[in-house]
Amino acid sequence: MSDALAPADLAGEPVPPPDPSQDAVVPGIAPAARRGGSLGRYIGVRFLLIFPTIFILVTTVFFLMRLTGDPITAAMGGRLPPDQLAERVHAAGYDRPLIVQYIDYLSKVVRGDFGNTFTDNRPVINVLAHYGSATAELVIYSLIVALAIGVPLGMVAAHRRDRWPDAVLRVFAILGYATPVFFIGLMLKLVFSIYLGILPVSGRVSTAGEVMMGTITNPSPFYLLDALRLGNPALIADVLSHAILPAIALGLLTGGVFLRLVRTNLIGTLERQYVESARSRGVGETRLVRTHALRPALIPVITVMGMQIAMSLGGAVLTETTFEWKGLGFQLAQYMASRDYVAVQGIVMMIAVIVAVTNFLVDVVAALIDPRVRY
Amino acid sequence: MTDVVPLADRRDPWYLRLPVIADVRRSHGLQRGMLITGLTLTAILLLTALFAPLLAPYSWAQTQDAAGPFGTQQPPSAAHLWGTTVSGFDVLSRVIWGTRTAVAVIAAAIVFSLFLGVLVGLVSGYLGGWVDRVLVMLADAIYAFPSLLLAIVMSIVISGGRSSAWGGILSAAISITVVFVPQYFRVIRAETIRLKAEPFVESAKVIGAPFGRILFGHIFRNATRTLPLIFTLNASESILTLAGLGFLGFGIEPTSAAEWGYDLNRSLSDVTAGIWWTAVFPGVAIVLSVLGLTLVGESMNDLNDPRLRTRRRGRRAAPAASATPQEVTA
Repeated sequence: MSDALAPADLAGEPVPPPDPSQDAVVPGIAPAARRGGSLGRYIGVRFLLIFPTIFILVTTVFFLMRLTGDPITAAMGGRLPPDQLAERVHAAGYDRPLIVQYIDYLSKVVRGDFGNTFTDNRPVINVLAHYGSATAELVIYSLIVALAIGVPLGMVAAHRRDRWPDAVLRVFAILGYATPVFFIGLMLKLVFSIYLGILPVSGRVSTAGEVMMGTITNPSPFYLLDALRLGNPALIADVLSHAILPAIALGLLTGGVFLRLVRTNLIGTLERQYVESARSRGVGETRLVRTHALRPALIPVITVMGMQIAMSLGGAVLTETTFEWKGLGFQLAQYMASRDYVAVQGIVMMIAVIVAVTNFLVDVVAALIDPRVRY
Repeated sequence: MTDVVPLADRRDPWYLRLPVIADVRRSHGLQRGMLITGLTLTAILLLTALFAPLLAPYSWAQTQDAAGPFGTQQPPSAAHLWGTTVSGFDVLSRVIWGTRTAVAVIAAAIVFSLFLGVLVGLVSGYLGGWVDRVLVMLADAIYAFPSLLLAIVMSIVISGGRSSAWGGILSAAISITVVFVPQYFRVIRAETIRLKAEPFVESAKVIGAPFGRILFGHIFRNATRTLPLIFTLNASESILTLAGLGFLGFGIEPTSAAEWGYDLNRSLSDVTAGIWWTAVFPGVAIVLSVLGLTLVGESMNDLNDPRLRTRRRGRRAAPAASATPQEVTA
C-alpha cells in the first residue's frame, strides 16, 4: 500500500463520497510534516499550505472566468450598442492585458476587496457578510439534523450488522445519497406545506416576523438568536418552523454520509481486541457499542464533518434555491441568472477561502485527537 | 489481507472474470440482492435510453399533436399518462427522453475523465519530483472545492450558461470531468508509485524498454484494478451534478433535449400550487438512476474491501458454489 491510500484504510470506506479524511495526510503534505514530528510544526506547515491552495483556486477561477470574455459584455452584450459597450469595458479596465488584470485582482483580493457586484453595485464582501450568515445558520441546523440521524442510526446498523435493521438503514443511507437535495426539498414541501399545511413553504421568516425582527437595534447574523433575544415565543416558533424543512433536506444528505461512516468505523472497532476483552469481562453489548467502540470510531466522523461543512456549501446552493432561503447559495443562483460574473467570481472565491480554512481546522482537530495522523 | 478472495479463478472462462460478473458470482445474501437490484435498475436506464424513440409517446419539446395543443399543467390522463408541464410538454415523454441525456453525459464525462485522469496520474506518479508535487497540489485544491460550484464555473466557461443539445451535453460532461479528474488522478498515481518499485518494472527498465511501453504496457495494465469501482460511483455522481446544473438553470435548453434537473426547476412553482406530477416523475427518475448505479458501485466496493465483506467465517471455502447459472446471467 502506498502512503496515499493508507489513511483511507484508517478512516474507513474510501468511496463515495470520496473519503475526505484522506486529506489529513495528503501525499504532498506528508513529507514536510513527517520531518517535523511535533504538533506545533505540523500545524505550522499545514497553516502555510492554506495559501497555495487558495492561490491555486483564485488563479484557476480567475482565468476560467476570463476565458468567456469580460463580465460587462457577458451581462450587457446585445443590450447596449457596441461603442457604449466598449466604453464601459474600457472604463472598468477589462481591455487591459489579462496578466495586468490578474495582478490587479490579486492585489485587491489580498486587501479584502472582491470588487463590486455588477447588477446592484454593492461590494461583494458586503454581500458575502450579509448572506453568508444565513447560509451558516442553515448549515448549522442541517449538521444538527445530520448528527441526530447519522450517529445513532449508524450505531444501530453496526450493532445489528447484516440483519434486517442494517439492511434497511443501508438502503436508507444510499437513498439519502441518491436523492438530489432539491427533490427531497420539493417532496417535503408538497407533503408538509401543501397537503398538511403545517409548515411554511419558503423563506426564513414570515412577513409579520420580518417586521418584528426589524425592531431590533443591532441584529445578529442569526435569525434564531434575534428571535430569542426578543423573547417572543410566536416569533421563535415562526423562525424555527421556517428552518425545519430546509434543515431536514440538507441534513438527510449529510446524515446518510455520517450513518455509513459511523457504521463502517464502528464495525472496525467492534472487532478490536480491547472490545473483545471488555466483552469477556462481562460488559454489556449496548455499553460496548456506546462507550468502548464508539469513541475511536468517531474520529473519522469529525474529520468528515469538517469536510461536509465545506461540501454542504454546494448542497446549500440547491437547498436555498428550493426554499428561497436568502443565503449565499440563493444569491449566487440569482447572480448567475443575471450573468453578474463579478459577483459569481467573488462568491466562489470566498467559498474557496472558507473551504481552505475549514480543511486546515479539520486537520488540526484530527491531529489533536489522534496522534497517529501526524507521524 | 490474507483472507482476500481472488476476484475470479484464473481457470474460469474470460466472460466470468469480467469485473461485474465476477462480483455477482462471489456475492451472496443481502449483498447479492443489492448488486442485482442495482444492475437491474442500471439496465433499465440503459435500455430506456436506447429505445427512447419507441417508448416515448411524444417528442421532448412537443406541445401539440394532431388533436390540438396539449394544454399546460394538465393532470395525468389517458392521453398524457403523467400529465403535462407548465410549458405544455408531456411529462412521460420528457422523463423517457431524459434518460438519453443522462446516459450521454455519463458516457462522455467518464471517457474524458478516465482519459485525462489516468494519463496525468500515470505520468505524475512515474516521473515524481516537482512535476508530481505541483500536480498533487493542484488536484488536491480542486478536489477540496465543492464540486457543484466547480461545475457551475466550468459550464459558464464552456457555454456561457445555456446551449444546444450536443453543446449542452458536452459542456455538462466537461464540467463534470473537471470534478472527477482529481479522483482518477489520485488512484492511478498511488498505484503507479507502488508499481514503479516492482521488480518487473525494474527489469523492463534494465532491458531498455521505451518509456511509453513501461508506462502503458507494464504499469497501466496493472493499475486499472480499482477503475470499474470509481467508474460506477462517478456515473451516479455525474447524474446528480447534471441535475444540479439543470436545476440552477445551467443545463440544456428544454427545446434541445429533455433534462430532469431543468424540469424539477420548472416544477418549483407547480409544487406550491399542489401540482405534484411535474416534480415527482423526473425526481423519481433521478433517484432510481442514481440508486441503481450507486448500488452497483457500493456492492463492488464492499466485495473488494476485505473488512466489509459479509461472508462469515467457515463459509469462505466455497466462494462461488452457490451461484447458479441463472443468477450469473441476471
